[in-house]
Amino acid sequence: MADRNSFYGPLESPAADAGWEESTPRMGFFTDTSVCIGCKSCEVACKEWNLLQEDGLSMLGMSYDNTGMLSADTWRHVAFIEQKVARKPPTDLGMPQMGPPPTEVDPKDMPQPDLDATTQSPEGPVDVRWLMSSDVCKHCTHAACLDVCPTGALFRTEFGTVVVQEDVCNGCGYCIPACPYGVIDQRKDDGRAWKCTLCYDRISDGLMPACATACPTKSIQYGPLEELRETAAKRVANLHDGGVEEARLYGDDPDDGVGGTGSIFLLLDQPEVYGLPPDPVVTTRDLPAMWRRAAMAGVGMLAATAVAFVGRRS
Amino acid sequence: MTTQVPGTEGTPEGARQARSRFHARGRRGGGGRGGEELQVPPAEFRSYYGRAILKPPVWRHDIAAYLFTGGLAAGSSLLAAGGQATGRTDLRRAGRATSLGAVLASAYFLVADLGRPERFHHMLRVAKPTSPMSMGTWILTAFGPASGVAAVSELAPLLPERGVLGLARRVLGPAGTVGGWGAAATAPALATYTAVLLADTAAPAWHESHPYLPFVFGGSALASGAGATLVTTPLGQTGPARRLAVLGAAAELTGSHLLEHGLGLASEAFSEEQPGRLMRAARYLTLVGAAGAVLSRRSKLGSALSGTALLGGSLCTRFGVYEAGKASARDPRYTVVPQRERLDRLAAQDGTAPRTPDGRYLVDDHVPQEEAARRPRPQE
Repeated sequence: MADRNSFYGPLESPAADAGWEESTPRMGFFTDTSVCIGCKSCEVACKEWNLLQEDGLSMLGMSYDNTGMLSADTWRHVAFIEQKVARKPPTDLGMPQMGPPPTEVDPKDMPQPDLDATTQSPEGPVDVRWLMSSDVCKHCTHAACLDVCPTGALFRTEFGTVVVQEDVCNGCGYCIPACPYGVIDQRKDDGRAWKCTLCYDRISDGLMPACATACPTKSIQYGPLEELRETAAKRVANLHDGGVEEARLYGDDPDDGVGGTGSIFLLLDQPEVYGLPPDPVVTTRDLPAMWRRAAMAGVGMLAATAVAFVGRRS
Repeated sequence: MTTQVPGTEGTPEGARQARSRFHARGRRGGGGRGGEELQVPPAEFRSYYGRAILKPPVWRHDIAAYLFTGGLAAGSSLLAAGGQATGRTDLRRAGRATSLGAVLASAYFLVADLGRPERFHHMLRVAKPTSPMSMGTWILTAFGPASGVAAVSELAPLLPERGVLGLARRVLGPAGTVGGWGAAATAPALATYTAVLLADTAAPAWHESHPYLPFVFGGSALASGAGATLVTTPLGQTGPARRLAVLGAAAELTGSHLLEHGLGLASEAFSEEQPGRLMRAARYLTLVGAAGAVLSRRSKLGSALSGTALLGGSLCTRFGVYEAGKASARDPRYTVVPQRERLDRLAAQDGTAPRTPDGRYLVDDHVPQEEAARRPRPQE
């Protein structure tokens, strides 16, 4: 079953690679942040469906984000980023034109807001934009958390997703620093590791994951990954045509460091601005090299010991 | 690096911190450490409110302590086996006792650190070469009993010569020999797999150190085993331990130097703040211990002090490496800067790095699939 690309590189079907003989199409998320309105329905729906506990009510001073990050009890996290950006010329929407309505007040006498006074910077006029993005487990093609799990608690489902078996996990914590996205975390009062299951229970019964079901703008779409990749490519091309040249896809490339992800994103700025790593690589890519180095060092230890015992008897 | 309208950085605070660190470093680097500035990455980087991207390990200090006790068990077993082979009875006995004590402490630390300690045996469900922790479990499962039999066999002379216990007395000797060899055979794996355990994570300082860490840990294991021997063994049988102390310390110091200077940005995690202080303490203690091991051939007190210094050096190395990994996971700079540089380099090579004239709306990480396919891939 193990493929040349079992640990790195593009992989046709992670489920088949993991030993599933009859797998369904690989399922995933496409999170189109260009239509996210930051309502956090996904966070709430996820918590409700998965019975996740409250994990701290605090004001973080980070725009409207008081969740902070993905954690053992937050499997969807909406990021809010307020940015000042260069003012763009207004897009001509080709709307029918008409003259100003008749009025008794001379327009010149109306109070005019001095927009420029508050939106000027030394570089020219600026506007404010909000980026909102709902982050989630990436369900990587090459999932480091799954690779390093010493108990087999983490496994690859028939949908190609990655799920923790809570009755097996013994809380060793190895998956947590292994994840290149910082997704999986330990629940403190419970000791075990938890993360998004892509609603394994719901999708096994043909339902959509809770977050995608709750999303009111279709920012979160669920479906066969193949189709989502096409949808995403079309959407980004569409946005580029419309002048939104900063739109880019994240995680859609099977040639990236994790073999592409099961959750792909359309972003409007660099990934690190959203708290995502710009170019993550699955740590197990280098594992064969690591074991070789360890073997060299081990042989060195034996040789050093032998040398120490050779020679004068003292 | 990127030209931005003021305020577009994901985190003005993070950028300010990075700048101040950059300048602090520049000043310090000017003092006789020429060339270091060249490794300093661009000071500006973007992040989400300066928050960590990675989750730092949730392990407590048990794991750092285990790195030390596991190494000590391995080093002691190797010296005990040498004593066994060359007829140095005191060396053998002390090595076996240290090894068992250290491996018992290791087992305690490992189980205590689990989120669900009562489920420790779930580790034995599978054997996964992709999980260094799984491999380590099996290495420890082989090493522990072997080390235990070897140590317990030292009690054989205390048993009566007749009866059932007499039989045990006669069996224990050979069993101890087999156990001693078994422990020595698995000791190198026990000492070096922990380096793979740490390196096989996304924590930048640990992952980047993978070419050197096994040598640091292997050397540290030998130095600590030799240090324990200098404390516990009569002077007449400490010759091999003194030589091994020097060899182990040399590997530990060379490897640590490479961690602190050879890993680019990740090296900063080993040389700054608390991890830096621990690594420096480790260096001094190991140097003093190794020198003392050579010079204290005739002094029991000097040998004991040298041995203690070697043990302390090894302990500090383990805690230093452990803390460096945690620090590098907490600071998004260690994750973002190298990855961003890699993408920018790739885009520049391929001529696909679009730059708008005024530097706004940079789409500088968009790598088309044809280019991505040409990315360097390991082992092909």
